[in-house]
Amino acid sequence: MELLGLYHYWVFAILLMTGFYAVIAKYNLIKKLLGLSIFQSAVFLLYITMGKIEGGTAPILQAYGEGQLFSNPLPQVLILTAIVVGISTMALGLGVVVRIKEEYGTIEEHEIREIDRQ
Amino acid sequence: MIEFNHHLPALQVVVPLLSAPLVMLLRPAGLAWAATTAASVCAFAIAVALTLGVLAGHEYSYQMGNWPAPYGIELGVDAFTALVLLVVTGASTLALLAGRTSVDAEIEQPRQPLFYTAWLLALAGLVGMPVSADAFNIFVFMEISSLASYILISGGADRRALPAVFKYLVMGTIGATCYLIGIGLIYLMTGTLNLADMELRIHEVADKRPTLVAAGFITVGLALKAAVFPLHVWLPNAYTYAPNAVTVFLAACATKVALYLLLRFDFFVFQPNLDGHAVQFAYFLMPLAVLAILVGSGVALFERNLKRLLAYSSVAQIGYILLGASLVSLAGLGAGILHIFNHALAKGALFLAVACLASRCAGVRFEDIAGVAQRMPWTMGAFVLAGLSLIGVPGTAGFISKWYLISAALGEGVIGGLLVAVIVVSSLMAVVYIWRVVETAYFGMDSAAAAGPGESAAGVESATGVESATGVESAAEFESAAKVESAAKVESPAKVESNENTNSSGAIKSIGKVDGAAGAAVPGEAPAMLLAVTWAAALANLYFGLQSYLPVALSSSAAESLLRYVP
Repeated sequence: MELLGLYHYWVFAILLMTGFYAVIAKYNLIKKLLGLSIFQSAVFLLYITMGKIEGGTAPILQAYGEGQLFSNPLPQVLILTAIVVGISTMALGLGVVVRIKEEYGTIEEHEIREIDRQ
Repeated sequence: MIEFNHHLPALQVVVPLLSAPLVMLLRPAGLAWAATTAASVCAFAIAVALTLGVLAGHEYSYQMGNWPAPYGIELGVDAFTALVLLVVTGASTLALLAGRTSVDAEIEQPRQPLFYTAWLLALAGLVGMPVSADAFNIFVFMEISSLASYILISGGADRRALPAVFKYLVMGTIGATCYLIGIGLIYLMTGTLNLADMELRIHEVADKRPTLVAAGFITVGLALKAAVFPLHVWLPNAYTYAPNAVTVFLAACATKVALYLLLRFDFFVFQPNLDGHAVQFAYFLMPLAVLAILVGSGVALFERNLKRLLAYSSVAQIGYILLGASLVSLAGLGAGILHIFNHALAKGALFLAVACLASRCAGVRFEDIAGVAQRMPWTMGAFVLAGLSLIGVPGTAGFISKWYLISAALGEGVIGGLLVAVIVVSSLMAVVYIWRVVETAYFGMDSAAAAGPGESAAGVESATGVESATGVESAAEFESAAKVESAAKVESPAKVESNENTNSSGAIKSIGKVDGAAGAAVPGEAPAMLLAVTWAAALANLYFGLQSYLPVALSSSAAESLLRYVP
């Protein structure tokens, strides 16, 4: 039961490893980038889940009622920045893949290595 | 004046960061280069001012936007920071001053302002990481510098840079994400991102598993960024196929900043609080450091591409720095930090000499530089001087840090003796691989001089535009030579017209002519500016070998502030 209660951490770990596996195991550069993106998204979930408090509301100060329960807004703000970083990395990575396709005519890693060896 | 001094840590980052978008708008490329160099010189001057302040006993702490420290973002500069800032801004400035002709040869004019923008962003990220005292802010700067350096490395004409950059991008992102997981877990446990605050609060949760996992994630993530031995595979190709000026810049400082963070986290935050951290750190990193030293030097022995040889030598030198740190003693850590400075000097000068060679040879493989010393005696002179510093010959900067490293290792008993043996063996390997270069360059058969008529065609072309001719030459090694060559020819009239820097190109031509009188239109010594900066860097190796007060004072003070709780 305790294990199930931490299910959001399980989601984080499984997503992280799925992405990591794709990065390592796939030869196609686009698939590698997709894996990388999943890898990063898993971390976003880790941050967001840690800020959540059961029964907590949005952290907006309201006129009525003392002692309201807020979710911690800071991890979400941090992850907003990390998402931007992730998108930039993805865009740059795809740009590099386009250039590789132009120069080598393929986006399969082993074929590129073969061409370079010649 | 005091007010101004107070803002220096912020200005250190702000100057290159805000110059970057301005440079993007500047045309022609010469103006963009001038503005970039000016910003870099400014950053260097700020770093020097900060260093002087630190040496005078001042500790800088700056609260961004005047928000008090644990909540707002804090910038801080101590001795360790100052040392790294000097290395980063110095390397950038030297590479820019020297790199004008080299960049002209490798990157087309219209793309140059964008290239220089990426350069300034990389610089801003690299100085931002050491200056910032906020863990998440460090992550943002890390990604700014990484993204910009991917662009810089892939900027050249060599297509093999692209797969190299892809590998660097994937591994760099995994490293940065591991770091992000680490600080996420620490934030989960302590509720703070400020390093000093984290150091105070982590004590209460030191025995909890997430804290240990966080320490592991941060160490491994930063080790990936720093190219620590088994995680170094992105480095050789990225350095080899990057444009020469970029190699000078990044080889001298990119991995050093990651090492700075690694030491900052492991010694400042974790060491005083986590039980048995010293032992874990030493047992984990010392074998890796020894392997890095032996394998890096060993591979360099058999490498026939000069840039890749030096890149593998960098892997070995990172091993030295980590070896010093993994002794977890004041002397060892001080020696490691000192080696950050001295290795940057030696490797920067070596890669500058390589840029000189590349400007006048078809490539930097051993076949291309055979016998080159007869044509380029000054370049090879600087190479030898910097090579001696890399080996660690007395009187050069490299000797100082190896001396401190060996004396630190000798304080460790039996295992210390083995480490000294490793250091000595690796130094002997360095003698061999530097000698292989020297032998080829001084006693090899000069292919360019031998093939007289073939080269004279290039000589004729150099009358119209020296830069474009070298562009063609350096491009000749690529398989897509024909394509690049035609592109360069189309470019060359525009290049000559827009060439603001007629003085230096005139100087190059005259050098070429002087040499042309001796041999038949064989390209001679490297461009004057490039050569002057190379010699300045090489002589700095001598200077800091004889006058080692500055780096030694900074590194020992840095080691003391990092290891304050160790008995």
